[in-house]
Amino acid sequence: MRKVLMGNHALSYGAKLSRAEVISAYPITPQTEVVELLSQMCASGELKAKFIKVESEHSAMASLIGASATGVRTFTATSSQGLALMHEMLHWAAGARTPVVMGNINRAFAPPWSVWTEQNDSLSQRDTGWMQLYAQNNQEVLDSVIQAYKVAESLDLPAMVVLAAFVLSHTSETVDIPAQEKVDEFLPPYKREYKIDPDEPHAFGGLTKPDNYFELRYKIQKAMEKAVSKWEEVGEEFEAFFGRKYGLVETYKVSDAKDLIVSSATIASTARNAVDSLREKGKKVGLLRIRVFRPFPAEMIRRILSSVDKVIVIDRNIGFGSSGIFCQEVKAAMYNEKNTPPIFGVIAGLGGRDVTSKNIIEIYEDAIKMEEPESDIIWKGLKI
Amino acid sequence: MKLKIPEQEIMSCGNVACQGCGATLAMRYALKALGKNTVLTIPACCWTVIDGPFPHSTVNVPLFHTAFSTAAATASGIKAGFEILGKDTNVVAWTGDGATYDIGLGTVSGAAERNDDILYVCYDNEAYMNTGNQRSSSTPLKAWTTTTPVESPKESHKKDIISIMAAHRIPYIATASIAYPEDMIEKFKKAKDIKGMRFILVFCPCPTGWKYAPQLTVKLARLAVQSNLFPLLEIENGTKWKLTKKIAHPKPIAEYLKLQGRFKHLNKKDIAEIQQIVEADWNLLLKKIEK
Amino acid sequence: MAKKSDEKIIYKKEKEMPPSAISFYSMDYNKTGSWRNFRPVIDYEKCTLCMICWKFCPEAAIKLEKTKKKGKEEVKPVIDYEYCKGCGICWEECPTRAIDIEEETD
Repeated sequence: MRKVLMGNHALSYGAKLSRAEVISAYPITPQTEVVELLSQMCASGELKAKFIKVESEHSAMASLIGASATGVRTFTATSSQGLALMHEMLHWAAGARTPVVMGNINRAFAPPWSVWTEQNDSLSQRDTGWMQLYAQNNQEVLDSVIQAYKVAESLDLPAMVVLAAFVLSHTSETVDIPAQEKVDEFLPPYKREYKIDPDEPHAFGGLTKPDNYFELRYKIQKAMEKAVSKWEEVGEEFEAFFGRKYGLVETYKVSDAKDLIVSSATIASTARNAVDSLREKGKKVGLLRIRVFRPFPAEMIRRILSSVDKVIVIDRNIGFGSSGIFCQEVKAAMYNEKNTPPIFGVIAGLGGRDVTSKNIIEIYEDAIKMEEPESDIIWKGLKI
Repeated sequence: MKLKIPEQEIMSCGNVACQGCGATLAMRYALKALGKNTVLTIPACCWTVIDGPFPHSTVNVPLFHTAFSTAAATASGIKAGFEILGKDTNVVAWTGDGATYDIGLGTVSGAAERNDDILYVCYDNEAYMNTGNQRSSSTPLKAWTTTTPVESPKESHKKDIISIMAAHRIPYIATASIAYPEDMIEKFKKAKDIKGMRFILVFCPCPTGWKYAPQLTVKLARLAVQSNLFPLLEIENGTKWKLTKKIAHPKPIAEYLKLQGRFKHLNKKDIAEIQQIVEADWNLLLKKIEK
Repeated sequence: MAKKSDEKIIYKKEKEMPPSAISFYSMDYNKTGSWRNFRPVIDYEKCTLCMICWKFCPEAAIKLEKTKKKGKEEVKPVIDYEYCKGCGICWEECPTRAIDIEEETD
């Protein structure tokens, strides 16, 4: 069934089709429509879930960790300040190995107050042990929620599906809503190995000395490493069921590209237009969209970047005191390679400033003139 | 000899609590009343450590450790999960005064306002004992703690958490003392079968933090009740207040204070002031008690 | 049921461990009797079998020993010295002063 949905509602439908059983959420602009539609679905009985109307995002995540540990499927959504407030509990969800799935609307941090898009909120959580992926359209948002449950539950790692504020969250696009029976076949009910169960009493998360804590951390990293192939596997299975293919990365006109633009989410969407325009002018440029950021698909990136002359990474975020975060990770992946191309790091669009196709063409043309990047950050569109 | 409390032990021996720990005695009684069909959520507090290190546990019921402020929210989530699964298990948040009165107060209020079906227990040893006896908002007036040294002992009154919970109009609130195990176990058994949020405050003396010989734990808990400092009561729906123990001749508070090192610095004037406050609070309470 | 062990378990291999910090074992390997400086000793001549000592022990280290004498069941409190921490609550609370405190010699 095809429906015109805003990104937020695509998240709600993803959770509904995945048969989320406990939902706990606190409203925050621009996520409110996600929880409003889910509230409606729970109230009407369309979705048989318990909706806990918690008093903060921190409690939202805490309650979902508890619910997930009993062996039920859980969902929440948040953004910027709310995600930051949840930070302690994001670590907890990963450490407790509870496969909570969350939608995060990328919104810039305060102060000063902003509701527009920027990736710092989700990227600040990159070390918590959560898998994260960046969607570029509303279809992908819906599909990714369903995929996220499958990957998360197979590895007992939590996952977040990230979409841009307003550019996706409040933009309506046609979305194909898969049939419930098909989703049920693709995504069976959650089966948890060690549940909170009075018939099998255990303590969970007890004080662990240095004599065994190290190994528990190792286990989380190993699960993350397995996730790389798991996302591929689930992506192929999803294609067989629903006819749409998503991998950890997406390439566009890369096979004969001399130079590469690397980006994520909606900037990558726009960059596709820029690539087409540049190709018309005879420039051999391609686009690499990084979709799954955690686990970071380093091996795939190495393969794709090794054969090009120049790489331009466009970040809609900044790691203060360092540089753009996607750029840092790409550079780290390429560091030990023999033939690594110069990597230009561009920061654009912070606080929701628009990044147009024309801007991206200019970014490319400015970078191409240089042999090597002159600094770690090239600021695009800054008013100075 | 007929035993007045259930015989079966649920907790096993070997926990790492201090000698004479009031909170450990409280857990022993609580588990006797609640039985094995119980799940505990425990935030950062003494009981985080008392249960023992991974991979060991002492309580013999599922125990889910939680972040400091989140015992109530986690318990609500666990209960929601059990409701989906059709499991009728007691979900009990077992928390210290730090988690309840201070850092987690918002989450306790949230769960109470939603009337989540959990039993919320606060074992009150009147300071952040697990981190070495720093003051909490439950620390009584003029008490010494490491952050309220004798040069400047606690200036504010102990927070009235019972009135705060009563304002939420939850189905059942009670105070209990480890010196009155029959009363405490009866209250836990009653609370177990009520739907909605239930709150029980258990008075637990701490020999390590209050600075007294561990053998006096039960005696101090008894004196607190006998001097009307810690009345044993029940509240239904936040509006019907009832005493479960009436003290015919209340003991002077000095008897209770003099046994504790944390009150050693008090002079006669301080003790008289505390006595006045105890009596004033008691009179205010009497006005709420149903005739 | 919690698994028993003789001493604290430290997993030697990551593969043997559960996926997260899940505790399967009991704490009863931890013989807290070694903590004592003083040991309580029940004088059964003075003991009225009221069981107040059993009631107030925070460790549940006073066991109810049941024997049958002439067809009648007899219960008496017996201190489990493997676990008794020597807090002295039983000594303090005993209404007939039937518990003595002795210095621990072990």
